[in-house]
Amino acid sequence: MEPLLEVKQLHIQFQAHGGTVKAVRGIDFTIGKGETLAIVGESGCGKSVSSLAIMGLIDHPGKITNGSIIFKGKDLTRLTSKEMRKVQGIDISMVFQDPMTALNPTLTIESQLIEGLIHQKKMSKRVAKKEAIKVLEWVGISNPHERLKQYPHQLSGGMRQRIVIAMALICEPDLLIADEPTTALDVTIQAQILDLFESIQKRTGISIVIITHDLGVVAKMADRIAVMYAGRIVEMGSKRQVFYHSEHPYTRALLNSVVRLDQTSHSLKPIEGSPPDLFSPPKGCAFVDRCPFAMEVCGRVQPQKSRLREGHQIECWLQDTRAVAVRKEMLASQL
Amino acid sequence: MMNFIFRRLLAMLLTIWVIATLTFILMHAIPGSPFNSHNGKQLNETVQKNMEMHYNLDKPLPIQYLIYMKSVATFNYGPSIKHPNDTVNSLISDGFPVSFELGMITLIVAIISGLILGVLAALKANHFIDYVAMTIAVLGISIPNFVLASLLIQEFSVNLGWLPPSMWTSWKSEVLPTIALATGPMAIIARLIRTSMIEVLTQDYIRTARSKGLSPFLIVMKHALKNALLPVITLLGTLAAGILTGTFVIEKIFAIPGMGKYFVDSINSRDYPVIMGTTVFYSSILIVLLFIVDMAYGWLDPRIKLHKKEVS
Repeated sequence: MEPLLEVKQLHIQFQAHGGTVKAVRGIDFTIGKGETLAIVGESGCGKSVSSLAIMGLIDHPGKITNGSIIFKGKDLTRLTSKEMRKVQGIDISMVFQDPMTALNPTLTIESQLIEGLIHQKKMSKRVAKKEAIKVLEWVGISNPHERLKQYPHQLSGGMRQRIVIAMALICEPDLLIADEPTTALDVTIQAQILDLFESIQKRTGISIVIITHDLGVVAKMADRIAVMYAGRIVEMGSKRQVFYHSEHPYTRALLNSVVRLDQTSHSLKPIEGSPPDLFSPPKGCAFVDRCPFAMEVCGRVQPQKSRLREGHQIECWLQDTRAVAVRKEMLASQL
Repeated sequence: MMNFIFRRLLAMLLTIWVIATLTFILMHAIPGSPFNSHNGKQLNETVQKNMEMHYNLDKPLPIQYLIYMKSVATFNYGPSIKHPNDTVNSLISDGFPVSFELGMITLIVAIISGLILGVLAALKANHFIDYVAMTIAVLGISIPNFVLASLLIQEFSVNLGWLPPSMWTSWKSEVLPTIALATGPMAIIARLIRTSMIEVLTQDYIRTARSKGLSPFLIVMKHALKNALLPVITLLGTLAAGILTGTFVIEKIFAIPGMGKYFVDSINSRDYPVIMGTTVFYSSILIVLLFIVDMAYGWLDPRIKLHKKEVS
C-alpha cells in the first residue's frame, strides 16, 4: 500500500546561543491511509518538533537541515511557504496541546472555525457556517448555533478541545496531527476526547499521528508506535509488538515505569539519569548512560536499525549476533 | 449594559462637578482680579466697584459659587470680562472646531502611523526595518513638540517654501502643526504596539492560525492586531488628553485661531467666566473620551466585562 506520508532521514536543528541543538537526528517513518501512529517519548526527545516539521511550522532559529517529508508524492520540505499554506489545514491539520491557549480569546468560535473554509476553500460565509454547525455536531457539541456566537473563555476545557478538533477537521484533511491532545485535560474528559478521535477515524478514514508521553493514550489509540529518544526513533512496531515484545532497553524501561494498579509494589520505577545534551549528541547510542546493559561499543558507534520481525525494528547493539549473552540477560530481567 | 452606561453617566456628571468646584476654588485662590492691570495703571475705585457689581464679583464667595454652578448647569457663562463683546459660549464655538479638527487629525495620524510603524517593527524584530522604526520612535518621544514645530517651520516653510508657516486656511497649513503634534504620540504608540505585537505573535493561538494555512497578513490583521491593541487602548485616553492640551502650545506657535489662545490668556488675565467655561468644557470632552475608551475595551476583549456578571 502506498503510504500517505513518508518521512525520510529527517534532521532538524535549532540555532541557539552557544551552539546548535540537534533536536531531530535522522528519523524515518511512514503512515498509511486510515492508520494511527503514536510517537512516544519523554520531554525534549523531538516528538513535537517532528510534528511541527510535517505541518511546516518550524520557525527561525529552527531549520530542517536534511531529509524529506513526502506527502501524496510531494516533498513538503521543498515547498515555498505559499505552497505549504495550501497544504496546511486542507491536507494536514493539527490539534494542539492546550485548548486554553490554542484559541484566540478575542474572536468568536464562528470566526475561528470558518476562516479556513472562507480563505482556503473560498466558500461563502453562509455555506461555511452550515458546514461549521455540521462539524460541531460531529464532535459532540450541543447547541452549535449558540456556541458559534460565543467566545473561547465562555467554554470549558473539554469543550474547547472539541472546538479545536472541529477546527482541524473542518476542511476534511487526510492527516491529523495531534500533539498531546489530552495532556491539558482532566482524566474523564481525556477518555471522551480519545473516543472522539476514534469515532472520527471510523467515519472519515483519516490518518492520525498522535504525539504523547502517556502510554495509556497509546494503548487506546495507536495502530503502530514509534518510540523516540534524543532525536531518534529507537523502536518502531505495531502496538502489540512494542507493548509485549519490545527488545529495546529504553522502551522496556519506559513501559516498566508506568504505575500499575494491579501490582502491590508501592515504589515507582523511574529511569535513572537524564537524556543527553543535544548540543553535542553522543557518538554512539544516546541511551548508553542510562542503559543497564550498555556495552563498550554502545558509547562509540551509533547502532544500526535491525529488524526483529515484520514491521518491528529497533536500534540497539544488543541485536548484534555478538551480544547474544547480554540480550538474553536483558530479556530475562525485570526490565 | 444600559444599566452600566447609566451608572457611568452619573459618575461622569459627578466628576464634572468636582472639577468645576476645584476650578472655582483654585481660580479664586490665585491673587489678583480681572481688573488688575498689567501695565501698572490702576482703575478708578468707583469704576472697579461698578465692574465688580456687574460681574457679581462683589458678592460673597458662596453666592458666587452658586451663580457659577448655575452657569455650569445651563452651559451659559455669560460674556468674557476681557472681551465684553464675546460670550464664553461664542469663544468656545469659534475656537473649538479648529482645535478639535487639529486634535482629531493628529490623533488619527498618530494612531495610524504608530500602528504601521509598530507592526512593521514587530514583524521584522531585530532586523533593519525594526531599528529604523525604533530610531524614529525614540526621536519622536525625545523631541518636544514645540522644538519640532520650530524645526519644521524652519525647514519646510523658510528653507524649502513648500508649506505655510502659520494660520489655518487650507489643508497645506494643517500639515506642519499636525506633524509637530502627532510625532510624540505616534512614537509612544509605535513602541507599545511593537512590544505587545511581539508578545502576541508567540502565543499558541497564532500558531493555531498558521496551522490553518492563513496568510501572514491575515494572521496579523485578524488574529494578532486586536490582541496587541489592548495596551494601546489603555493609553489612548491619556494620549488624547495630551494631544488636546498639546494643541495650546502648537496653536500659539502656528498662530492657529483655536481655543488654546483663549484658554491661556484667560488665566493670565483672570478672566473668570472664560477660565471656568473652557476648563469645564475640556474636562467634559476628556471624560467622554475616557468613557469611549472603556467601551472599546469590551469590544476588543470579550473577556473584559463592563457590567455585572450575568448569571449563567
